[in-house]
Amino acid sequence: MARKSVVNGRRRALRAIGAGACLLIVRPAAATPEELAAALREMFGDRPITPGRVKLDIPRLAENGNLVPVVLSVDSPMSEQDYVASLHVFAERNPLPRILDVELGPLNGRARIVTRIRLAVSQQVRAVAVMSDGTLWSAAADVEVTVGGCDP
Amino acid sequence: MSRFGKVWVRLSENPKRGEPVEVRAMVMHPMESGFRLDNVGQRIPRHIVTSFTCTYAGKPVFRATLHPAIAANPYFVFYVLAGDSGNLEFAWTDDRGEMATHKVTLEVA
Repeated sequence: MARKSVVNGRRRALRAIGAGACLLIVRPAAATPEELAAALREMFGDRPITPGRVKLDIPRLAENGNLVPVVLSVDSPMSEQDYVASLHVFAERNPLPRILDVELGPLNGRARIVTRIRLAVSQQVRAVAVMSDGTLWSAAADVEVTVGGCDP
Repeated sequence: MSRFGKVWVRLSENPKRGEPVEVRAMVMHPMESGFRLDNVGQRIPRHIVTSFTCTYAGKPVFRATLHPAIAANPYFVFYVLAGDSGNLEFAWTDDRGEMATHKVTLEVA
């Protein structure tokens, strides 16, 4: 009996992974770099975004666009006086430019996060860090996506 | 019906006071993007986890807002500065108001 439930659990897990693996982005017109610029403007207004201090680690070649690991770290002491307040990840050519927003603070001790994202097509991914002093820093990475999703 | 499944959380071993502890957390959820079509060409409605939060001894330490481009079964790694021993409480909420929660104790020697 116990054996059976292990097998069932595994099948359920495999089904869930299979369902996730088949994600297809069907909106024909993907977002454009202009939409990304608009999203950035909406979130940060006209505040200057300086390249640097942020490190965005993504595989240059993503075989499966449904599961792309992302490591994001920021050069910050994460002290009470100087910390990363938030991190934001954007995609240039996904149907929606926004991917993730994270709020951090001195209680984290280290400004590093890892997650897994979806990319519809080969494109540039951008990350923006908002520091406690209000300055904005960014990084960008180009990703080649081999399979963006299951074709219809 | 809730589409949340199992929660999986791990902390790095031997946390030391004043040093960051690595927290890895995942929840099973399809993260249906709302851009997929089913086999008769109907759009499958969006159903995603929109919020993930973690508190340590009652204080918020991590808050994420998720969009459809987060992969199925959302997985996050982040850090928490170890202080006194206390509970880490995790909560995920999806766009239909369903929730998954989890609690682990961070034991600081």
